Formats: sequence, C-alpha cells, structure tokens
Amino acid sequence: MSIVLITILTLAGLGALAAVILYLASQKFKVFEDPRIDQVEEVLPAANCGGCGFPGCRAFAEALVKADDISDLNCPVGGAEVMGKVAQILGKEVAKSEPKIAVVRCNGTCEHRPRLNQYEGAPSCAAASALYGGETGCSFGCYGLGDCVDACNFDAMYMDEKTGLPVVIEDNCVACGACVDACPKNIIELRKKGPKNRRIFVSCVNEEKGAVARKACSVACIGCGKCAKVCPFDAITIKNNLAYIDDEKCRLCRKCVAECPTNAIHELNFPVRKNKTAVKETATEEK
Amino acid sequence: MNQKLVISPSPHIHSGDSIPANMYGVIIALLPALATSVWLFGVGALIVTFTSVAACVFFEWIIQKYLLKVTPSITDGSAIVTGLLLAFNLPTNIPIGLIIIGAAVAIGIGKMSFGGLGNNPFNPALVGRVFLLISYPVQMTTWPTPFASRLQYIDAQTGATPLSVIKEGLSNGQTIPELMERIPSYLDLFLGKTGGSAGEMAALALLIGGVYLLWKRIITWHIPVSVIGSVVIFTGILHLANPSTFADPLFHILTGGIMLGAFFMATDYATSPMSNKGMLLYGAGIGIITVLIRCFGSYPEGVSFAILIMNGFTPLINRYMKPKRFGETIKTARVQTSK
Amino acid sequence: MLKTFKIGGVHPHEWKLSAEKQIEVLPLPKRVSVPVTQHIGAPAKPLVKKGDIVKTGQMIAASGGFVSANIHSPVSGKVFKVDQTVDASGYRKPAIIIDVDGDEWLDDIDRSDKLVKEITLSGEEIIKKIGEMGIVGMGGATFPSHVKLSPPPGKKCEILIINGVECEPYLTSDHRLMLEKSEELIVGIRILMKALNVNKAVIGIENNKPDAIKKLTELTSKEEGIDVQPLKVKYPQGGEKQLIDAITGRQVPSGKLPIEVGAVVQNVGTTVAVYEAVQKNKPLIERVVTVTGPAIAQPSNFLARIGTPIEQLIEAAGGLPQDTGKVIGGGPMMGKALTSLEVPITKGSSGLLVLPDEAAHRQPVKNCIRCSKCVSACPMGLEPYLLMIEAEKEMWDRAEEDRIMDCIECGSCSFTCPAHRPLLDYIRLGKGKVGQIIRSRQ
Repeated sequence: MSIVLITILTLAGLGALAAVILYLASQKFKVFEDPRIDQVEEVLPAANCGGCGFPGCRAFAEALVKADDISDLNCPVGGAEVMGKVAQILGKEVAKSEPKIAVVRCNGTCEHRPRLNQYEGAPSCAAASALYGGETGCSFGCYGLGDCVDACNFDAMYMDEKTGLPVVIEDNCVACGACVDACPKNIIELRKKGPKNRRIFVSCVNEEKGAVARKACSVACIGCGKCAKVCPFDAITIKNNLAYIDDEKCRLCRKCVAECPTNAIHELNFPVRKNKTAVKETATEEK
Repeated sequence: MNQKLVISPSPHIHSGDSIPANMYGVIIALLPALATSVWLFGVGALIVTFTSVAACVFFEWIIQKYLLKVTPSITDGSAIVTGLLLAFNLPTNIPIGLIIIGAAVAIGIGKMSFGGLGNNPFNPALVGRVFLLISYPVQMTTWPTPFASRLQYIDAQTGATPLSVIKEGLSNGQTIPELMERIPSYLDLFLGKTGGSAGEMAALALLIGGVYLLWKRIITWHIPVSVIGSVVIFTGILHLANPSTFADPLFHILTGGIMLGAFFMATDYATSPMSNKGMLLYGAGIGIITVLIRCFGSYPEGVSFAILIMNGFTPLINRYMKPKRFGETIKTARVQTSK
Repeated sequence: MLKTFKIGGVHPHEWKLSAEKQIEVLPLPKRVSVPVTQHIGAPAKPLVKKGDIVKTGQMIAASGGFVSANIHSPVSGKVFKVDQTVDASGYRKPAIIIDVDGDEWLDDIDRSDKLVKEITLSGEEIIKKIGEMGIVGMGGATFPSHVKLSPPPGKKCEILIINGVECEPYLTSDHRLMLEKSEELIVGIRILMKALNVNKAVIGIENNKPDAIKKLTELTSKEEGIDVQPLKVKYPQGGEKQLIDAITGRQVPSGKLPIEVGAVVQNVGTTVAVYEAVQKNKPLIERVVTVTGPAIAQPSNFLARIGTPIEQLIEAAGGLPQDTGKVIGGGPMMGKALTSLEVPITKGSSGLLVLPDEAAHRQPVKNCIRCSKCVSACPMGLEPYLLMIEAEKEMWDRAEEDRIMDCIECGSCSFTCPAHRPLLDYIRLGKGKVGQIIRSRQ
C-alpha cells in the first residue's frame, strides 16, 4: 500500500514541479505578438500559396498588420471578400480588385502544330527550355510537360492528354499566379475574369514573322493586324508580330474573333453564335 | 529518315549498368557460400534458402500488385537478394513457418512500408532476422552440426557455434585457452566446417564472393575493409590486454557473421552511406559495436544488431560526411604568392 | 603510373571510328548560314546587309563587347539576307546567310602551306590579332581566346597547357590535327607562350593516341620549354579543371578561374587557329569536324567552312542512315542533340555523331537505390543524387551549400547511374536557378 502511495506522491510532485518550471519558462521567454495577426490569419484562406508575394498566410498577415497602407497588398485567393474582412479588422482602406483568372495562351495541339522531334529528358518544362526550343517548329509555344500543373496548389489545372496542353479549371482557379511563374515560356497570363466569365484573348505568344509562325502552327497569330483595325475600342496592339488584347479596354464585342484569319483569338463562355459555324474554343471542360 | 529526331540532354550514352545487373551480381557472389552450406548442412540449407527466396519474392509481388497497386518489380532481383541474405542468417533446421514470417517482416515492414527498393532505412533481411531472433530465440539459436545429418531437416542433430561456446564458457568461469580446445581449428573455421546459420560460417566462400563483388565494381573496398579492420584492431587490443578473457582477432573474423556482414549486408546500397569517408566511419562503427556485443554483451553474436544500429546513423553520416570536393586540397602556397 | 586527375571519372567505350582517316577538305556549300552568336558572350553585330558582296575572310560581324568575338565570312559571294534562322537548339537566332559564288579570298591572307616559324609580333600585338581574327575556344566551350589570354591584373600565368586529350568518345578531330598539323601546332604554342609571357608549356594527350604522342614528343624534344605529357585514359580528362589537376597536381578552387593556380588551357584546334591567325593572317573561318556514328558509312574528319549545313557533312560521310534516331553536335557525353539537319557548323562544332534509333532513347527511370556510384564517378567530388533531389524539390539554398555551381556538366553521373536517373538534367536546371539567385544577390 505504501508503495502505491509513494509512487502517486512522487509522480504528482514531479508533475507539479514540471508545471512550475514550464510556467516560469513561458513567462520568461514570452514574445509579444500583435493579437491582430492571429485575427487576420484567421480570415485568410490558409492556402499558403504565396500568390500574395509572401511566404505563406502567416507572413502575409504580419505584413498586413505592419503596413500603414494595405491598398497594394492583395490576397488573390480570397479576393475582395477576404480583403474586406481584413480591412475591417485593421480599420484600413483596401483597394477594390477585380477577380482574375489564369489563361493559357497557346493552342498548339498536335494537329495544329506538327511535332518535328521528340523530347526524352527530364519531364520538366524548365529543364526542357534550358535545352532547346520545343518539339515543334514554334519555339514560343507550350512544351506540354506540365510544370504549371505541378505548381498549382488548387487542383485548378490538368494536362489534356489529347491536345497536350494544360487546361484551367475555372471554378478552382484563384489566380494566385503560381502557374504564371512556373511557365518558362510566359504562356500563362492572369486576365480579368470578365462578366459571366466571358473573356477574349489571343491564344498565341509566337513573335515570329507571320509566314514562319504560320508554318510552325496553323493557329498562330501572324501579326497581320486585322484585329487591331477592326477593334472599336483600341484594345488591341501589335508588338513583335503578335497581337495583344488589353483586358482593361476590351468590351467583349467579339469583332476581332471573327476577323482573325488563323483563329488565334479565342472567346470563352459566350453563347453560341447563330450565323457563324466556326465555334472557337471548347470551353466545356469546366462543366 | 522515317522518324523524328530524339532530343534529350547530354549525356547521350550510358555505361550499361542497371539495377538487375548489380542485384544478380550479388546473387552470383552468394552462390559459393550457398554451395558450401549445402555441402555442410545438406538438404536443410536448400529448403531454407528456397523457402526464404520464394517467400520474399512472393511478398514483394503481392504487396506491389495489390497493396501499392504498382507494376511489380520482382525481376530486378532485389527481393531474391533479400531472400538469400535472410536465409543465410537462419539456422538450417528452422521450421518453414518461421522463415515465411521472417520473409513477410523483411519485405513487408523492412522494405515495402518505406516505399520499396532504395527507400528503406534498414537492411530488410536483417530486420526479418532480428525479428525472428527476438521472437523465437530458441529456434533461432539451435544450429545443426555440420555433416551430421545432411538428409534430415527439422530433426537434425544440433550443436553450439564457436561464439556461443566461448560466451557460455566464459560465464562458467573458463578461460579462452581452455575453451579454444573445444573449438574447431582455424582452417576448419575458414572453410566453414562449424555450426552456424546457413550461409554465414563459410569464410572462404564468402571471401570469394566478396572479391567477385569488388572485381565487378558492385561494391567498393571501403565498408568491408573498415568493418574487418576495426574488428581486428579492437579485438587485438582486448586480446593483448587480457588473453584469458578475450579471444584473438583471427578467431573473431572467422566466426559468426563478420564475413557475410562485411561484404554482403553492411554494403547494402540503400542503407549504407554515400561518401567514401562516410563508408569508412560506418564500417568502423559496425566493427566496434559488433565486438562490444560479442565481448561485453549478453548475445554471443552482434553483427546483425551492429549493422542495424549503424543503418540508423546513415542519414546523419550522409549529412555531415561529404565527399572530398574538387579544389579543397589546393596547394595554397601558389595562390598566396600570386597575390 | 601515368598521370590523371584525382577525383572520380568514368571509362566510356572509345569508339574512335575515324581515328585513321586523314582530314579531307569538304567542298564549298551553295549557301552558308553564319550565326552571330557562335561564342560565349555578347552576340556580334552584323556589318553587312542584304545584297552586299563579300570575300572569304572579310569581317561580316563585329565583336559586341569585351567577351565577344568578330565573325568573318567563310565564303565569297553575295549576302542573301540577315535574318533569324533556327539554331542547334531549335530557337531562332540572327544569322548572316550568304550565297556562295566562287572562292575569292582577301588578298592579305597567306594561303600557302609554308610553315612560318618566326614570330614577329609582340605579346600584346598577338593578343590583339587573336581578338581581331575571331578566335574562340574550339573544344566546344567557345570562350573568346583573347579574353583567356589576358589574365586579370595581379594574376600571373606560370604554365600553358595545351589540351590534346579529346576524352569524348567518337571524336577524332583534335587527334588528326595533332598528327597532320603538328609543326603548326608547335609554332602556335610558341605564339601563345609569347603572348602569355610564360616559358613552360605542356601538351596533355591521353594514352589512347600513341601516334600523336610519339610524333609530338619527337618534335618537342628539340624545343625548349615544351613537353608532351601522356595521360591515363579517363573521362572527363579534357575538362579544364581536370586537365590542370592531371598535369600540375593543382586544383582550381571552387568558383575560380584556372589562372588562380597559374595555368591557362588552350585546345589543340584553337592553337592551330592561333598559328594561322597570327602567322598567316587567316581568320577563323573553317574547322575540322568529325562526322561519325555506328551506322555512318564512312566516318571521316572534314575541314569544313563555318556555316556549312550539317546535312552536307553527313552526306559527304555516306549519308544519313535509315534508322537514325539522334544527331548530336559534339561528342556523346557533352554534345547537344540537334533538332534539325539544317543547322550550320559553327566555331565550336567539334563533331557530328549520328546515333541509330535503338541507341537514341533513354531507359525507363527507376528509384534511386543509393548505390553511390554517381558520387564515386563525379570528378568534382559532388553528390549528384542529392543535388538532383534538391533541384527537384526546389531546395535552392541547400543545393548551393552542396556546391551545385561546381558541376561541370560532364555527365559522368547520368552515364553511370544504374537506375537511369536523369541526374544531370536536374542538376543543370538547379544550376540555372541557383545561378540566378546568386546573381540577384549581388
């Protein structure tokens, strides 16, 4: 009986001693932390994607609390809603940001862009781009090795095995920009999501002269400038033989889409036109 | 030209080396020891080896196919090597059921649970062996006497190994010189004519296999030399200090699993360090721990434990024992005068 | 014991199919395409435009900076256009395309075979001349030679090493040059010694070229200060750092240039080009190219003008075999796989290797079995298996700590890996990334 008692007492004593030591240590080494950091972190999406430019949500929360003006800090994942809540907690002004989405600007599928050789190295776009221009005659287009898919933390991209090109799943994409950074060819761009997800963009980044670009890929932008001429809002510029549609100016009139001789301009999520048979992008994967 | 040109980064040629080539090399190197074992223990050696190899291959196949759902890689020979090494560490009269349990532990827990070949931190065969040794100490420590009953299996005539003779004798107050008379001559030990696990006692045959491995460049000299070297040095010091309680170095390297361990088990690719310096340290660690267990511990033999303990240190060794970098040993005088 | 470098190394099969073939002069092509970036450094600036008539040896593009090189017309004829053409890696780069018409050389180029032994120019004039003539390292690195010959202030060259190792399997162009232009080579060495102001030069040759060792040993026995050093056959002995280690026993420290240990290395081909530039006034407009491969009908060594399409060289060696899988510019260990046969020969093209389809593909990649063969093979004492993991997992700081930037990309690790892992692919990727990080830090 006394053994049991001694055991209980010893253990209880040890426990109490340890508790005292721990308490003293926690008091001695306490670090003051702004309680608002925890509050802000609470409303952030906890995706730790780095889309804000900080290493994780905690670091972003610290930066938000520390900054006097948070108008140039933005959480692309949470968007306006989350930033609004953050502003409420901190009592600061937040800039209104429009939702964006990643757009793959290459349509060089196997049939559009014939393969001239065969790559057999490490399955990484970065490794391939250090080595050479690509399997096709177009040295600007997609390698199809999926660095962007690997970079995506939100399951918002997959490689279409038929076309060999990455596809963005619109519902999942939070426009964190990880894929944009991962692509060595700068094919992926963050563009405005647009009303009812409707967007128009040039699905090509080839800066070769028209004839060269066209030879390498049948849906390349040849820099002919027809789209720029037809655009009523001056939204289209031609630079280095390549058309670019400014999503700030574009009013989604779709005139350029019909005008493009190589079908390089894509429209997404528009209702099917009645008179035209040429339906462009198949934006059906998202459904 | 009919096909597309292949583009790949350099180099464009390969040495032709492959995982199966290395694994089958190890298997070939183990054959002399297997032959010796059959010569000594007869049918028991064959049954144990065959069961162990078959069980290891079977468990690898079934785990890869149905549990991990990957293409089984049993043809690369690594499961056969594990099976052989496990068998070589078992007495030749062990019940078949235990061999199968050992194989399941070796492959299932020792290898596949970590992700298969190359990812296992501990030598799978030894994981299986030590599991059996701790769980079934009686069956694992009764060894058949060589030549005595080559056609019997379970009911073979049994006897002690030289190491257990020494251990028991010392605990009964006898001295080494007295005990040495009960032990076969060193020539017999070298040829393997003594009791022990299926493949560990044939020092000569294992040495031939080890030389084959070195010749084929499957292993480098660092680990075997440092294991055997450190055993010799450590036991040599002990022997010189007190010859009546510590046996001489030659006895130690000829008995037990030192040869098998040094050439075949410590050199296991996945569980040994990567740099030459690291390998030397790792081998020396195995040697010293083995001698500690043999001379001061309660088990008569300690190679398996020593290798497993040093396996645990391998990641740490890899982290801190880097290979000698190019340009580190520069003749500094030149640089300084040119400044 | 023959000398060799101390750490690592591998022994690929040699396959020197064209070692016995004399250098043949390749007929002029109909059209040449001369890229303006044939060297490391800034691209050269074109001096000609469409329709200009040029003569052989005339400068057509001027050096675009200190680390850059002039480019001279390899043929005479009319400039067809100055435009983008596809280069060896499939990217389009500016090039000068010339339609060949006759072969009219500039008058001040001495085209005779007469050996000019007497060196009239001073050291500085020699370096200037080498720069003017557009000489670059012809072993494959294409580093402008005049830069290499101008050591940074405070550093003094003590020994000139001539690289006649040719450790790449298949290639024989340097071997043939050493046999057929041995006297020119010796004069070239004298010129380089004068330019560097050193009195000691060593020609490093691997032991698999006994004829070259014999011939050059005979020739140098009379020469003060020039020695031939036979070396044990081991890849990558031709690597600059490995060669210095093999010959002098000194190891260039991490991140430093060979001049740090008082050595300058020049390739055999470069040395002969230096002779021609300084003594004969001939710019770098042609080079020896080995065309070889297991299925090539006549493996040969050609003296080809820069800008010749490789198609023509392969044609001259018996044509492209039916089952070609890969065409490599350079040797099999460090060469680049070419995307098309239209790309031209450049100053750095030491060979063309045509591999059949069965030899062109990589084996499936297996798990790393941690056999440490890559660690023993690495001539820089690195841990390729670890660097690959770090590059894959983007652990750039760890990779830098493990000295990824020391990698010389010799390929010994990938060559030796029994699991066929693409070690060098990832290490190269990591080197690029870590290099960027280091540069951004400065």
